[in-house]
Amino acid sequence: MLVIRNLHASVDGNEILRGVDLTVKAGEVHAIMGPNGSGKSTLARVIAGHEDYEVTGGSIEYDGRDLLEMSIEERACEGIFMAFQYPVEIPGVRNSYFLKAALNAIRKHRGQPEVDAIEFLQLVRRRMKELDIDDSMFNRPVNEGFSGGEKKRNEIFHMAVLEPRLAVLDETDSGLDIDALKIVANGVNALRGPERAFVVVTHYQRLLNYIVPDFVHVLQDGRIVKSGGKELALELEEKGYGWIEDEARSLVGA
Amino acid sequence: MTTTTEPMAAWRAAHAARGGNGAASGWLDRVRDVAWRRFEEMGFPTSDLEEWRFTPVHAIASTVFATSRTEPDDVAAERFEAASFGLGGARIALVDGRFSARHSRLSGLPAGARAGSLRSLVAEDPETAAHWVAQLVRHENHPFAALNAALWEDGACLILPRGALVEAPIEIVHLASGAGTVAAHPRTLIVAGEGAQARIVETFAGPEGAVYLTNAVTEVALAPGAVIDHVRVQMESTAAYHTASLGARLERGATFASHSVTFGAAITRNDVSAILDGEGAECTLNGAYLADGERLVDNHTAIDHARAHCASHELYKGILSGRGRGVFNGKVYVRPDAQKTDAKQTNQTLLLSEEAQIQTKPQLEIFADDVKCTHGATVGQLDRDAMFYLRSRGIPADEARALLIHSFAADVLDRIPIEALRERLDEMLLERLPR
Repeated sequence: MLVIRNLHASVDGNEILRGVDLTVKAGEVHAIMGPNGSGKSTLARVIAGHEDYEVTGGSIEYDGRDLLEMSIEERACEGIFMAFQYPVEIPGVRNSYFLKAALNAIRKHRGQPEVDAIEFLQLVRRRMKELDIDDSMFNRPVNEGFSGGEKKRNEIFHMAVLEPRLAVLDETDSGLDIDALKIVANGVNALRGPERAFVVVTHYQRLLNYIVPDFVHVLQDGRIVKSGGKELALELEEKGYGWIEDEARSLVGA
Repeated sequence: MTTTTEPMAAWRAAHAARGGNGAASGWLDRVRDVAWRRFEEMGFPTSDLEEWRFTPVHAIASTVFATSRTEPDDVAAERFEAASFGLGGARIALVDGRFSARHSRLSGLPAGARAGSLRSLVAEDPETAAHWVAQLVRHENHPFAALNAALWEDGACLILPRGALVEAPIEIVHLASGAGTVAAHPRTLIVAGEGAQARIVETFAGPEGAVYLTNAVTEVALAPGAVIDHVRVQMESTAAYHTASLGARLERGATFASHSVTFGAAITRNDVSAILDGEGAECTLNGAYLADGERLVDNHTAIDHARAHCASHELYKGILSGRGRGVFNGKVYVRPDAQKTDAKQTNQTLLLSEEAQIQTKPQLEIFADDVKCTHGATVGQLDRDAMFYLRSRGIPADEARALLIHSFAADVLDRIPIEALRERLDEMLLERLPR
């Protein structure tokens, strides 16, 4: 589904990604871990198409197409979703309005008829319940006055309604208490399936207790320096990131 | 009939044609003469004057404007329907500043209320007219207001007796005929008796592309406890000129809100002033405007806190694109006796292009010590993070932009207390946004 080859990307002239290789197949959950500043969020934003990041080398293929040629909204319409680390507050635009506009833009792209207000409500009700989104959160301006946990829940709520094929979660666990973490994880797990893939970007292993990954990758200095199964996350939790750094250094030295 | 080619000669001819309203309105001839002399002394303003520094009006000063020869009742009804919002209340209709009985709907008002032509008020009740007309908008230092006082032919008049409650919004529709390069000087008088309440929508419209001048004056007097919401929708031709002064006087415990929405005209200059002349009066001045292409929109506001325990709230928002220019000047005076004044002024501007320009200037003059006065001005561009956020959920870039611009203006439009109008203005804003 997603094939990233030797990806280089920079922001304001600083190279952040220095040759990332990653292949994600439908049905898989990949966790990207790494210390602060390693390039995890950059990778997520480049996949989503953020214009502040310049891709200076390498390629990203999505379903055999050149993802880097696609506009931000085209990526979304083709099934890519990014849950933001810092969801943006938009005063004056209701959450419900935004979500309906997004859903209809995607449906239009797929040649499906737009949903009206009643169909939309029927569609979102179940997801609202699952993710503990009340009417007030649904009708308030997007993210305005939401707590940190509410913002993250709202991201997963959007994801659940838009039903992407590839979801990238950018530090969705940061700032969540354990109850909110469970709600978010349940929301993600409910969407797992053979047609859908997840890239979970996280600093801590904690989230991966609830969203169990098939693969764990460690990103350091803009490269994936180690990949493994879910046990790698536990090892990182126990030993921190330092040992990988040492290992990488000794490999280079050898 | 001689043809004049020199602008001042044309104004002089227009002045000579005014007056002669009969013995009963000798006072009006005097008002006109004084105002005319003042206008002649001042001439059209130049950018040397602080109040006009960023608003060049030579395009107006150098144009020869004619007096309208359109018979108001002859204008097609559809044109009035297009310029009205159909809010279910009375309608006072004017063409080029002259009243049209045929297009007005004056039924359904409370007993004792008077609505219709201002000229008729002068003829039928000169005492009332003389008491109110040209009292609330000062024209000694404002050439356009002076020109209106000298040259006005007719206008709208709405007098609400004590305790009158008007449910449905009243529309005052000023239509420009667009027939010839015409100058109109409509004058509106609104007098709300003690405790009277009404919502009034004053609309200015004209055929797109037509060149004309609308030089309007609106005076609003609020007796103690009166509550008036005044919405002003300016959707003139984008080739027209629009200069307008609104003056309100609030007595004890009165509440006045002005909502000014500007979509049209090549040059717009709005002056809004309010005097809080009784304790406990409360005044809101809000505005939203769009300046695109080469258009210029200038909003000057002045709030005079003359008494203690009054509040004023002011929020103006501008959306500028292309080579559009915006000017905002907000004066707040707090007089020595006006203790416990609560005044808040906010001016925000959204710049959608690099060539758009805004000049913004708050001017607070506070002579009392126990007051709360705040002001703030921000100028910004569309939030890049918000654009990315919306687009990353699938919303196309142009739609995302429209949504953010719309949300920027929303807190001005949302405060207009007439839902059907609010929705229509929302749509109009979206239709006019740059793509």
